[in-house]
Amino acid sequence: MVMKTKSGLIDMSCNFFDAKLPSPVFTASGCAASGKELSQFMDLTTIGGIVTKSVMLEARAGRATPRMSETPSGMLNGIGLQGPGIDAFLETDLTWLNEKKIATVVSIAGNTVEEFSKLAFKLKNRSDILAIEVNISCPNVENRNKVFACNPVTAQEAIKAVKKHISDIPLLAKLSPDVTDIVEIADASIKAGANGLSLINTLLGMVIDTKTFKPVLSGGTGGLSGPAIRPVAVRVIHQVRAAFEDIFILGSGGLRTGSDGLEFIAAGANALSLGTIIFNDPTSPVRIHNEMAEHLTALNKTSLAQVRNMAHD
Amino acid sequence: MPIQHQASVISNTRTGAYQLLTLTAGEIPKEFKPGQFVTLAIDGLSSGLILRRAFSIYQAQDRGVYGGTIDLVVAAHGEGTKWITQLKRDDSVNIVGPLGKPFSIPKDAVSCVLIGGGYGAAPLFRLAEALRSRGCRVDFILGAQNSEKLFGILEARRLGHNVLITTQDGSSGHQGLVTDVLPDLIAKADSQVIYSCGPMPMLQAITKIAQAHQIYSFTAVEEAMACGIGVCMTCVLPVIGDDGVTRMVRSCVEGPTFKGERVRWDEVGTIPPDTYGAGNQ
Repeated sequence: MVMKTKSGLIDMSCNFFDAKLPSPVFTASGCAASGKELSQFMDLTTIGGIVTKSVMLEARAGRATPRMSETPSGMLNGIGLQGPGIDAFLETDLTWLNEKKIATVVSIAGNTVEEFSKLAFKLKNRSDILAIEVNISCPNVENRNKVFACNPVTAQEAIKAVKKHISDIPLLAKLSPDVTDIVEIADASIKAGANGLSLINTLLGMVIDTKTFKPVLSGGTGGLSGPAIRPVAVRVIHQVRAAFEDIFILGSGGLRTGSDGLEFIAAGANALSLGTIIFNDPTSPVRIHNEMAEHLTALNKTSLAQVRNMAHD
Repeated sequence: MPIQHQASVISNTRTGAYQLLTLTAGEIPKEFKPGQFVTLAIDGLSSGLILRRAFSIYQAQDRGVYGGTIDLVVAAHGEGTKWITQLKRDDSVNIVGPLGKPFSIPKDAVSCVLIGGGYGAAPLFRLAEALRSRGCRVDFILGAQNSEKLFGILEARRLGHNVLITTQDGSSGHQGLVTDVLPDLIAKADSQVIYSCGPMPMLQAITKIAQAHQIYSFTAVEEAMACGIGVCMTCVLPVIGDDGVTRMVRSCVEGPTFKGERVRWDEVGTIPPDTYGAGNQ
């Protein structure tokens, strides 16, 4: 019953820095936990790999419920980064992922620059991680809870704190689309040492219950995801690719079908990560890989690389 | 192991205030145990409603004319469940299951009370069969707002020793709540275990009575879920573990069935201050 990808005659391989992966499709952070649950449905070694749920320094209970509200073609969530903390994560979750030979991008999130640094230290010199995703779209408790990724200076500080300890593992900066100039933040992140960018995180939103006239989510605001935000992601990827010809881009935001995936690749993404669609369709990573291969076959293409950046002149 | 299956609707008929939906289910019935649930996607890949809806499995048939099939009891609450209640024969719907932890079944032939609130009664009938095959005595209490919202009375009469009915408006049986008639039944039937499924306040009140009588209470909770498979972390509630530590646990994979006394009912919807990881917000 466990599904595997089929590429047919299309070269669907993905160059992920020094690694060559069988597929460009990843699961996005926070949408696949640490892989165990989804491995009941599909062979995760046949997709690109997984991006783990952002792990913090300490165990964290997260926000009270309600943590979620369905929205038109999407959802709003405010989980509050519930998780086991980095030590338990490395001992249990990463050990399991390595045993199963699943390519793993570890996502880290800190409340402070110091926490980013401590997290990076824990990951130093590990050869069992494909990349580190630095989730800088979380609130900075030392700066009035303003999101690190919304300011080039704080974005740079967080990335630098990680880069200080990490030399041989690629770093991806996960950026928020809630900014005036995404290229400026991308530039700051690259200058701080990011080897690639994860585009995009959720958009900040709010839903109000019209019986109580109070926000539905316990935390008031939450992150908007799902197909509703897909055109925002395509625009951001296109804009950043136009500014940085060579930077590695892991594209995400509302992907639902193989056609959506090819849209991201044409905009400039090197690889894709699937988020909310996994809640709707747990085998979507395999389905979307296969749909992309079928779509390319119908267009008489021989490889995924042939459509990359095609939306640019 | 849960399975994702593109199901066909075999039938969709009205029963009281609810729809009884029968679907092809492939291998899902082979894996099913009482207390588990399935999730249904709302329409296809162009649907604007992206989250699945979860339903307890009422019946699961391993093999028949249509192969494996399952029966679900559905009430229209919002747009998504309305779409489900309007499904027609041969319509296609994507299902994932069986999901969640089944009810624990006692090793010995003990006396059990099964309590369902409204269509929350749905998972109790297959449980009753499993208990009876162990030699357990089974009594039922079915309660609802009114007689139209009672579910499964005939089935309960077929399987149960006693069947007590309560409605809040008095349109059927005792006027009041299931907990009004529970203490007497426990005394009469020498009940050792209570199983319940329905609204949270009902589960909490039943657990209190069980504790007072020093008998077991197993509850199946209803929490809002986005994924149903343990990856999204939206359906959490504070539950005390074997080590005495409270954690925010997922009702979809660590539940939906819990020992009643382990759930911190008064604090559902909060993070109790002594919860593991509560200090690090």
